[in-house]
Parts: sequence; structure tokens; C-alpha cells
Amino acid sequence: MTMNRRDFLRVAVSGGALSVAGAPPAEAAREAKPMPPDAVGMLYDSTLCIGCKACVSACREANGLGPVNEANPGWNDGTWDTPLDLSAKTFNVIKAYRHGTMAKKDRKENGFAFVKRHCLHCVDPSCVSACPVSAMQKDPKTGIVSYDPDACIGCRYCVYSCPFNIPRFDYSAAYGKIGKCEFCRHLQVDGKTPACCDVCPTGASLFGRVDDLRAEAKRRLALKPGDVTTFPRGNLSGSRAFGKEGGEQAAKMQSPHDAPAGTYLNGLYGEKELGGTQVHYLSGVPFEKLGLPTDVPDRGYASVSEGIQHTLYKGMIAPVVLLGGLAALAFRATRDSDGEDKK
Amino acid sequence: MTTHKPVGGRLLTGPFAILLVLVAVMAVILVQRFALGLGAVTNMNDGYPFGIWVVIDMVIGTGFGCGGFALALLVYILNKGEYHPLMRPALLAGLFGYTLGGMSIVVDLGRYLNVYNLFLPWQMQPNSVMFEVALCVMAYIIVLFIEFLPTLLEKTESEGLRNLLKKSMFFFIALGVLLPTMHQSSLGTLLVILGHQVSPLWQTQALPALYLLSAILMGYAVVVFEGILAATTFRRPFEGEILGKLSGVIFWMLLVYLVIRFGDLVMRGALGGLMTDPVNGIMFVIENLLYVVPVLILVIPANRRSPRMLFLAALSLLAAGSVYRIDSYLVGYHPGNGWTYYPSVTEILVTVGIFSLEVVLYLIFVKKLPVLHSRTQA
Repeated sequence: MTMNRRDFLRVAVSGGALSVAGAPPAEAAREAKPMPPDAVGMLYDSTLCIGCKACVSACREANGLGPVNEANPGWNDGTWDTPLDLSAKTFNVIKAYRHGTMAKKDRKENGFAFVKRHCLHCVDPSCVSACPVSAMQKDPKTGIVSYDPDACIGCRYCVYSCPFNIPRFDYSAAYGKIGKCEFCRHLQVDGKTPACCDVCPTGASLFGRVDDLRAEAKRRLALKPGDVTTFPRGNLSGSRAFGKEGGEQAAKMQSPHDAPAGTYLNGLYGEKELGGTQVHYLSGVPFEKLGLPTDVPDRGYASVSEGIQHTLYKGMIAPVVLLGGLAALAFRATRDSDGEDKK
Repeated sequence: MTTHKPVGGRLLTGPFAILLVLVAVMAVILVQRFALGLGAVTNMNDGYPFGIWVVIDMVIGTGFGCGGFALALLVYILNKGEYHPLMRPALLAGLFGYTLGGMSIVVDLGRYLNVYNLFLPWQMQPNSVMFEVALCVMAYIIVLFIEFLPTLLEKTESEGLRNLLKKSMFFFIALGVLLPTMHQSSLGTLLVILGHQVSPLWQTQALPALYLLSAILMGYAVVVFEGILAATTFRRPFEGEILGKLSGVIFWMLLVYLVIRFGDLVMRGALGGLMTDPVNGIMFVIENLLYVVPVLILVIPANRRSPRMLFLAALSLLAAGSVYRIDSYLVGYHPGNGWTYYPSVTEILVTVGIFSLEVVLYLIFVKKLPVLHSRTQA
């Protein structure tokens, strides 16, 4: 055996310097990202949702997505919009938790509850960190996570990495693209409210500044279940563009209404989970029953993965230094072998 | 006296014809893929957006292509010239493994026409592990080609170019070690951002180290595998002494890999994951048994001289690296929501076609060009 332990160590050190010797310690995460200054978001209160799916069809209209008839294909020949899940052509969807007799709403045992699923616009989004060509971007002011199909190469790493399984790719098209909620940023340009919140009849989906929404959520959490209180509708922080355009009836739909407060089982979802999100959830059943992951750390996974990369690469200084060392060794080796390698 | 010679002989043999048919089948399926979309020929979905075209063709395929990288560590970095005769076939296998892995990715990309965005500075996203892998792999394919160029030029009269290559080769050799070190470890880092979606049996911050080590191990295993196969099929002398020595390197590296792998699992207390999901548990056991088998074979010095035992050890190691990659990317990945994935027949046939094309190209090159080393007939 000529390969002894000392030689082996040299293999490990020279070849694996980047990774083996520099194996990142457990705390290699980079700084967590802060909430953007003018972050906008949504508060979805499951106890207020009546499952009417007005938000789903409003989203289709606002984003130019055609109807999807996935459910009951036997009799549904395209008349009804019945998406079963998010897809490249369904940016939001209402799902139901059902248990036992389903006798009572917002109850875990023998109850049911609704949930509205769409992009949560993470404070530290995995998709933005994953995207190799900046097709997924987080607006530095509003925090809206947007998608640019003209940049996207279709690698689907965003689909793979999203902890909420939100971005979807269109596999049925010859040249598909990713689809996901972008908070109707094209409507917001004109000062309008995202379509799903604008049409919500009960204020279960409420749009606004994240600070205001969090305060509103805390107010609801402090209420005694059953106490009648006022619930805002549409946009918490002001302009109700649709209301003005739609006349008196629409304005009435947008104004606050009184209803008994729900029984909120848990706290507010979206404050800490995976570094926080700009969409928040209140619910009468455990969040994991609504498909929201709860057994997750308080920092985004992107901070861990980027932390490892930054530790190993040190802004490309480490690779350049290593290249220099490797080149010197290779130069010595090729010079040494010049004599014996002559053909 | 060392020299390289073409193997010669007839090109169109029976097995060669079968491989060509498999390549043709792939071509037909790929026409379908571009005309009708990914959904028409694959079972990929939004739970499993990475299928076998990424995981087998790219992640495993480039692992198989690490022979040149792994040997360069020994030959040029540790200055162990005695391994030099193995270098050319290893580089050739690497060149095809990487090129076809890269080709496979282009086929897999949903919006392939936008690929140029990877080169626009204002679109580049350096925090993306995918970005690093993409650029690094592309650069390495070019480096592999340059490293192999002397073999192509040997038959020509271009003395000037040959000399230029010879003088600058040390730099490309260094790049040829640096780039795979970067992207093979990054193929592991790529999974870190998946967080809880990957079972704790595989999700760890040691992923980059484990992926790098297992890629180098696969590289050495390919060299041994290919060396023995070439010796038997082309009736060439068995490079017993060098391969025996190389197996010693493999043995020690394997031990280090297993110490890191299990040390990490124990430190994180993740072995409980064996019980929670039976499929994960079984695949984990298979994966690591495949790693232990070569340790048990190579711990006996006599086995390091036996072509049969060496071949078995290499085969087991290649399987181990492959299963490790499938486990961490697909088996241990749980997107929830009832998503499932098993590749479709057409999807599998494309992967089979890619690997067939690699063998076809390899056969053409070793038969027509001075790739394989020959001692006796010089």
C-alpha cells in the first residue's frame, strides 16, 4: 500500500478544502431578512369565510385565467369553474377541512373549516433565493413577490423549493410558464385592491399594510368568542376603488359589518413561521389541518442555504485562492512529468 | 514506455446497433416533448417538479462523469504520475457524462429559449445555488473538452496549438479540479433550501461535503469499473497494479464518507427517521449497505488484486452514489398534499437513450482515437 493515511489527508485537504475542511458549522445561516418598509399583505380569517369562492372567480377575471373544470368531470363539461388545487392557471383556491359529521364550522372534531390558499409572499422567500435568473423578485418596498416569464428559464427550482408548495408550472403547454399570486400588482398600480379581497363579502380576505393587518388580527384574538364586533371588508387601509366604480351596492358590500367574533384556536399564522410572511391566517382549527406547515423554524430556509454558500465561497475569494493553489500544484506536476510523458 | 493507441476493430457490432435504436427512440420522444410539452411525455408534477431527467441524467450522470476530476486530484495535485495511464478514458467518460447531462437539462427546461438570461449580468442571481451549478457545469464541459483536446490533436500536424495547450494545460487542470469541487458540492447544497420537505435522514448542512465526497468516490469507481471492462471487452492487459492502488484510496475515502454521514446523523439525532416512513427506512438501509459492501471487500488486501472483487466493489459504490442521489432528491422528498411521482415509460426511455448515446460516443472515440493506454504493443 503506497497510499497511506498522510497521503489521504492531502487528498482531503486539497480536493475537499472548499467543502470538507470548510464544512459549515450548524449556524452558517445569513442574517434573516427584515419586513419591507411598506409591506402590504392579506389577513385571511377562516372563521369569517363562508366558502363562496367569489375570490377564486374574481382572481381568474383579474388575472385573465380561464375556467378550470377538474372536479366531477362526468357532468361538468366546462360550465362550472371547479379547480381542485392551485395550478399554473389557478392562483388562489378555497379548500375545506372536513372531519367526522362536519356538524359545526370551525371545529376540529366533527367539524369543518375553509382555507384560502395562495402565495404567502414570504419575508425571506425561498423562490427568490432559488431562482437563477431573477425571474422571481421581491419588491424592496411593498414586499410583493413577482414573477417575470420573460426571464424564467423554466427550471422549476422555485416549485421544488417553496415550503408552501405555491408556484406551479404549466406542464400541459409546449412552452409553459409558472403561475402564482402576485397580489394583483397590476391592479395596485391604479390604486385598486387585489381582486380576491375586493369581492370578499365577509371580509375573510382583507387587504392592507402588514402592520395594520397584524394589529387587526391581535384585536380579534383579544376578543371573547361570540362577542359582536365590527369586521372591515376589502382594503383595511383606505381606498376602495371597486366600491366607487360599482356604485351604491358595491360600496355597501365594502363597508364594515358586525358579526360575532370567532373562536380562534391558535395565534396568528405568518408572524414568525419561516421568517414571517405577508399573508396571515386566523383559524378555528389547527393551522396544519388547513395545510399550513407549523413544525417549521423561525427563519427562512433561504437564509440557511445562502449562509452555506457565503461561508464556503466568501464572495468568490475562496475559489480564486484555491484555484491559485491548484494551479501551482498542477504546474509542478506537469513539469515533473514532462520527461517521462514524452511520446 | 507509455503510449495511447486507438483500439481499432469493427464499429457496428450487435450491441452497438441496439444502442443506436435506443438513441433513435429517445429522439422520437424528444420531438413529442418539444411539440406537446413536458406533461405529454413525463409524469412530473407540481409536487415533484424535478424528475429523473434532472436526478438521474444530471445529478447521477455527472457523478459518473467525475472520473477525470477525481484522478486529476491524484495525478496532478498529489503528483502521483503513476495513475496517469487511466486519465484519458476517464476524461472522455467525463466529457460525455457532463455534456449529455447538460443536454438533458436543456430538454428539461420549461422555457429553454430564455436560457441566455443566465449570462446577462442584470439577470444573474448569484445567491441561487442553481445559478452556480448551471454556470459551473457549463464551464466544466468546456474545460473537459480542452483537457481532452490533446487526444484529438495527436493525429494532426498542428504542432503550434499542441505546444500552446501543453504550456497552458496546468491552468485548465486546476480549473478541472476547482469547478467540479464547486458544483458537485452545490448539487448537495441545492437541497438545503427545501428544508422540512426533505427527510432528516438526508436533509443536513453536511450535504455539500457528502455530495462532494460521494462524487469523488463515484469518479474513482467509474475509473476502476471502466478499466476492468475495457480490459475484458477489448482484451487488453489488466492494469492490476494501478487499480489495486486506487482501490486503497477508495477504501480510506469511503471510511471518511461513512464517518461524516453517520456522525452527522447521530449528532442531529436523525436516525429516528428510519422508523417514521418505511420506504425511507428501507431505501436508507439499501443505500448505506451499498456503501458498506465495498468497505468489506477492500478491507482484505488480497481483494484489491482481484479484478472480480474490484469490479464488484466499484459496481456497489456506483450504485451507492446513485441511490444516495435518488434518495435525497426524490425518495426522501415529501411535498405533502398527496403528491406522488414515478417516471413514465417515455421519461425512462429518454434517460436510457441519453446513457446509450454516451456509450455509443465512448465506443466510437476509443476505437478511432488514441484514448486507451497500451504498454505492450508500443
